Amino acid sequence: MQRRITGFMMAMALGLGALAPMAAHAQAAQAPAAANAAAPADNAAAPAAAGIDHAAPVATIGQPQPGETTFQEQFTPTGQYALWMHNSVLLPVITAISLFVLALLLWVIVRFRRGANPEPSRTSHNTALEVAWTLIPVLILVAIAVPSIKLLAAQFKPAPKEALTVKVTGYQWYWGYEYPDNAIPEYVSNMLPPEKALERGEPRLLAADNRLVLPVGVPIKLIITGADVIHSFSVPAFWVKEDAVPGRLNEKTFTIEKPGVYYGACSELCGDRHGFMPIAVEAVSPERFAQWVHSQGGKMPGENEAAAPAAVNAADNAAAPATSS
Amino acid sequence: MTTTTAEDFVGHAHHDHHHDADHKPGFFARWFMSTNHKDIGTLYLIFAIIAGVIGGAISGLMRAELAEPGIQYLHAWAQMSDGADATMDQAYHLWNVLITAHGLIMVFFMVMPAIIGGFGNWFVPIMIGAPDMAFPRMNNISFWLLIPAFALLLGSTFVPGGSGNGAGTGWTVYAPLATSGSVGPAVDMAILSLHLAGASSILGAINFITTIFNMRAPGMTLHKMPLFVWSVLVTAFLLLLALPVLAAAITMLLTDRNFHTVFYDAAGGGDPILYQHLFWFFGHPEVYIMILPGFGMISQIVSTFSRKPVFGYLGMAYAMVAIGVVGFIVWAHHMFTTGLSVNVKMYFTAATMVIAVPTGVKIFSWIATMWGGSLTFRTPMVWALGFIFMFTVGGVTGVVLANGGIDDNLHDTYYVVAHFHYVLSLGAVFSLFAGFYYWFPKMTGRMYSELLGQLHFWVFFVGVNLLFFPMHFLGMSGMQRRVPDYTDALAYWNGIASHGYEIMTVGVAIWFVNIIYAFVAGKVAGDNPWGEGATTLEWTLSSPPPYHQFETLPVID
Repeated sequence: MQRRITGFMMAMALGLGALAPMAAHAQAAQAPAAANAAAPADNAAAPAAAGIDHAAPVATIGQPQPGETTFQEQFTPTGQYALWMHNSVLLPVITAISLFVLALLLWVIVRFRRGANPEPSRTSHNTALEVAWTLIPVLILVAIAVPSIKLLAAQFKPAPKEALTVKVTGYQWYWGYEYPDNAIPEYVSNMLPPEKALERGEPRLLAADNRLVLPVGVPIKLIITGADVIHSFSVPAFWVKEDAVPGRLNEKTFTIEKPGVYYGACSELCGDRHGFMPIAVEAVSPERFAQWVHSQGGKMPGENEAAAPAAVNAADNAAAPATSS
Repeated sequence: MTTTTAEDFVGHAHHDHHHDADHKPGFFARWFMSTNHKDIGTLYLIFAIIAGVIGGAISGLMRAELAEPGIQYLHAWAQMSDGADATMDQAYHLWNVLITAHGLIMVFFMVMPAIIGGFGNWFVPIMIGAPDMAFPRMNNISFWLLIPAFALLLGSTFVPGGSGNGAGTGWTVYAPLATSGSVGPAVDMAILSLHLAGASSILGAINFITTIFNMRAPGMTLHKMPLFVWSVLVTAFLLLLALPVLAAAITMLLTDRNFHTVFYDAAGGGDPILYQHLFWFFGHPEVYIMILPGFGMISQIVSTFSRKPVFGYLGMAYAMVAIGVVGFIVWAHHMFTTGLSVNVKMYFTAATMVIAVPTGVKIFSWIATMWGGSLTFRTPMVWALGFIFMFTVGGVTGVVLANGGIDDNLHDTYYVVAHFHYVLSLGAVFSLFAGFYYWFPKMTGRMYSELLGQLHFWVFFVGVNLLFFPMHFLGMSGMQRRVPDYTDALAYWNGIASHGYEIMTVGVAIWFVNIIYAFVAGKVAGDNPWGEGATTLEWTLSSPPPYHQFETLPVID
């Protein structure tokens, strides 16, 4: 009987030992969706409101992939750290623990079935074992807590002075984006009707008429609030989700690393069209961002009032919503 | 683990059917004015099965709509409910009504009545050697409060609650969507429904605590109580402390809606986040309320079919106490994205992960109970084994979500849906089926079909795993909760999940066939169909037990 208990402890030790090799978690290779990638950048169809040509989304980034079993590729430093933590710390640990419990179950099912072990033992205590299975999980959790706390600290690092501030407001059922640093008043972003989205080579229910335009490489400080009920601003490729709560200004800071189109959606139940208020972020180079700001009648920080109007384009500052809801 | 010297008494009751102990009142008095814990337990179980069928059917509607991208059925259903000129907004509102009803029904009208009202009522008094519950009439009103509560919730779907009929707030009833965001009486009816269901549970909790503290048979010390009784005791304390907070939270919701108070309205100095703190101060203990009695049942079943006492009994009992206590100080992990400060997020991350420790103690103790045992794989044991593994899978994804920084991506996605269905649909529900098969012979005196029981397990097991495992992938991909449609890239796993639902439904059908079989052709069970491993007091009684058991108290040595 003592031998059995020792066997149990050894099995536990083996299971924990299995954690280490699993750290090299292989991510499933993602086949690019070739069909979508070939879609032409049909910029002519883009509305003039943005002032610059709409970039066509790259089909393999910033949106869900068919049949995928992983997170979306990350394009912010905190997102990459979080993804590393999930794929290299959490996933191996939870997979190992689940398989360890499964292995123990299968072992007792085979070894201690009535046919194999007709006389049950009466063992009901083993202090060493009980201390072990209390303390070892504590150690595993402490090991998880270290990167977890680091991640939180990184996510909450205050935005530097030169950060670009954008105010995001959730409405039933669309988003409003305002650039106080650039004197661009709020404009509205509605979901593109499905036919139009497909026409433009954009994913259904994720495409928006007016995108949130942000520069890459510049710290972004979003000030997020709700106008009517609670919404939630979420962009999975940035590892960003923050509720838009009426009467409250929530802040979220991140830096986008690569130009592209990144999609998200309202992630807090907000009424009828909760499933139909997407977020489309167009990340552009700082130069293109300045160009876009000027096209909206805005100015870059440091520019004087006189310099700005020169860039106003023929699209006459069409910040107004393209469609009313 | 407790041996009893009650055989003298038991033999007496068993053979003497003319004794007063078995005198049953007439039909109406017995079932409508019941003061008998076993009859009330039966009523609870029947109620839970009916509610479960309704709640399960609603999830079937949801899986049908989600089987493919686009809106297939929702508009037609809205036309049935709101008239032929129903708009798409009304169809989307109907979706929100479905998700709300599914959540509320499964939590308040299926799992809780079955696991506490049903099995708790039936077996807590018997397991501690008591003749009945401490307050038999209060026990009756606990049950009958559920009927108007359920009627109010179902009735709310026929009155306006926004752009269409019914309450479309989600089971969490967040303000301001549930206040200024939902015009019409539907949400008021749903709130009142929760008040009544909550009052029912508070009365039940008082009854269980009083019964367990005061009506244990001589020699049945707290540290000799079967673990199922321990689990119900801890659960009753959680109910007693958590439900008044819910009552306060939704009462303020009601006055915000109807009397122009501004508890949750920022424009008047209130705070929508206050509601979430109050709701989850109740809501997190609530998830342990739903699973702890399941833990207790699994302990009894694993011990019985291993023919071995529970390993680490005291550790098992106090692990449940620890889960109950820590369960009260982790609530804000449901609110990681509401704008909590970094220190608050760090605290709730750490506190939440702590719960994994006592939960791990339970998992390992169950395995250690089987270690060295002499296992037979009757239907209840198979469900218990399934529970242990599936609950582990649901538990470890909880550790992932506990990390506030990781949760930023997963919050309110299908990953969360997968997580809580693994601990509830594959945790609590597996324990309910395990307990059902374990105690069905005791409650009815008949055996179910072993073949159908095993078949039920395997079909259901395959079904729910196909249904819920792909939801992890959908959530990581970015699919948000509570939406009737999704972008086309998410079609694959949604399709698989809907097929999983179909398989699960077949499993449930087998269960119903098995119940009918047992009543029509089931063998007579005998006092103890499980043999020497079944050591708790209910197996010393006849099957079904006499109408009043233990009129002479058993003595536990």
